[in-house]
Amino acid sequence: MTTAVITGIGVAAPNGAGTENFWAATLRGESGIGPIRRFDTRGYPARLGGEIDDFDPAEHLPRRLLPQTDRMTQLALTASAWALADSGVAPGTYDPGETGVAMAGAFGGFEYGQRELENLWCSGPERVSVYMSFAWFYAVNTGQLSIRHVLRGPAGVVVGDQAGGLDAVAQARRNIRKGARLMLSGGFDSSFCPYGWVARISDGTLSTDEDPRTAYLPFDLRARGQVPGEGGAVLVVEEAAAARRRGTRIYGEIAGYAATFDAAARYGGERGLGRAVEAALADAGVTAREVGVVFADGSGRPADDRAEAETIAAVFGPQGVPVTVPKTMTGRMSSGGAPVDLAGALLAMRDGLIPPTVNVRTVAPGARLDLVTGVPRPWQPGPALVLARGRGGFNSAMVLRPGTAAPNRTGAASVTGREAPTRSGGKRHEADDTVGPGGDHA
Amino acid sequence: MKQMTLSALEEIMHRCAGDDESTDSFQQAPERAFADLGYDSLALLETQSVIRREYGVDLSEQALGAAETPQQLVDLVNRWLSAV
Repeated sequence: MTTAVITGIGVAAPNGAGTENFWAATLRGESGIGPIRRFDTRGYPARLGGEIDDFDPAEHLPRRLLPQTDRMTQLALTASAWALADSGVAPGTYDPGETGVAMAGAFGGFEYGQRELENLWCSGPERVSVYMSFAWFYAVNTGQLSIRHVLRGPAGVVVGDQAGGLDAVAQARRNIRKGARLMLSGGFDSSFCPYGWVARISDGTLSTDEDPRTAYLPFDLRARGQVPGEGGAVLVVEEAAAARRRGTRIYGEIAGYAATFDAAARYGGERGLGRAVEAALADAGVTAREVGVVFADGSGRPADDRAEAETIAAVFGPQGVPVTVPKTMTGRMSSGGAPVDLAGALLAMRDGLIPPTVNVRTVAPGARLDLVTGVPRPWQPGPALVLARGRGGFNSAMVLRPGTAAPNRTGAASVTGREAPTRSGGKRHEADDTVGPGGDHA
Repeated sequence: MKQMTLSALEEIMHRCAGDDESTDSFQQAPERAFADLGYDSLALLETQSVIRREYGVDLSEQALGAAETPQQLVDLVNRWLSAV
């Protein structure tokens, strides 16, 4: 079957905007979690988050795009340009119709939406920005990336909280198998505003600890909840033969994937993560013994951690595989979390270093995990398993296989050779029609 | 009586749609089409709402659609302002 490989990475995370900034900070064990400064958190029970500080959208995007984009879209647009430049894909390589976008979103543009809803109720409907019509929407990143980079083939969005980030990349692989040659894929979330914060608090999963070093401790004896982060990653997914023809460096292959749901409580509540792991390994044709590292979901809630630790121990044996949660340095980025983990796994393969889980000291009794803590661990790169779970019982698992180093890089502009429009000239309406939710999300 | 100038319209449209240093100013290109100056139909819709608020001129979508350049839109608004 057609193979989908990853040839470009763009990361914007709380501990680093820009792939190499993120990766260097991650290997140093530097966390981006701290007291939230974007809005006044006094009075909220949870006050820590992973904010991206060193990102000014005006430095990266045409000013015309600023009034019409939420922060999560500004991050996605910027990271997508980084990913394309990293892939070195030259103008004119592909026809626009054989290139597309598959992104994940969990919140949408809540910060934008809150501002416009405030305008509506405080000043009246005529004060609501016309761009509100799409800026808040889950699918907006797919549309904006498609317009900006002139990717006119398949376009889709999936919504599955943290798991959606893997589901979107799996969607990109399906698009490649159906004939697309290049897809941008990943996920971004932000929504660091009262509206987004209250929504997060309402599900009772946030840590109320006020110490950034102890608030989010997946698998630790002291685990007491999670800390949200903002950001995500975009990957350039290409058809393998086409990528090899142009002689680019291949970070890795999307070798296997599966998604399952937990059973509802009234049907026994059986968790589905184990089935997702087994099915993803089978899809990849990789045995548990061959897997070299697991990037765990790392919920930070004791019951979820226990279930994940049991699943990993059941599949790989007690202490059977190195496990890591670099999200301890970023917080949980909703749909952006798993794409950043995919990027981390690919960079771990490139450099032969597994990034650490920070702050965790005492793995909870019963969690028979070989957790990589404190400092990076050298490894002989092999297949990596990335896990992600979303609120509501989503489980997704993806297996990546190391690629091949092949320099011969060229600078990149528009992938398709057409100048990306800095203005949309009425195309916006078309875009609204083409980025509806769905795709063939399995 | 209050009249609209090209630079006033440009200021409104920058506020609505963001300024773009790569295109000509309205003073330099009063008869260039909005599309060529980088303004799409949504930018014009947003501009229509600000003109209503700040000039008390309630342009119909049809009238707005007929004004294809900055000069045409300024003339249209000023005809309204003179008439009422």
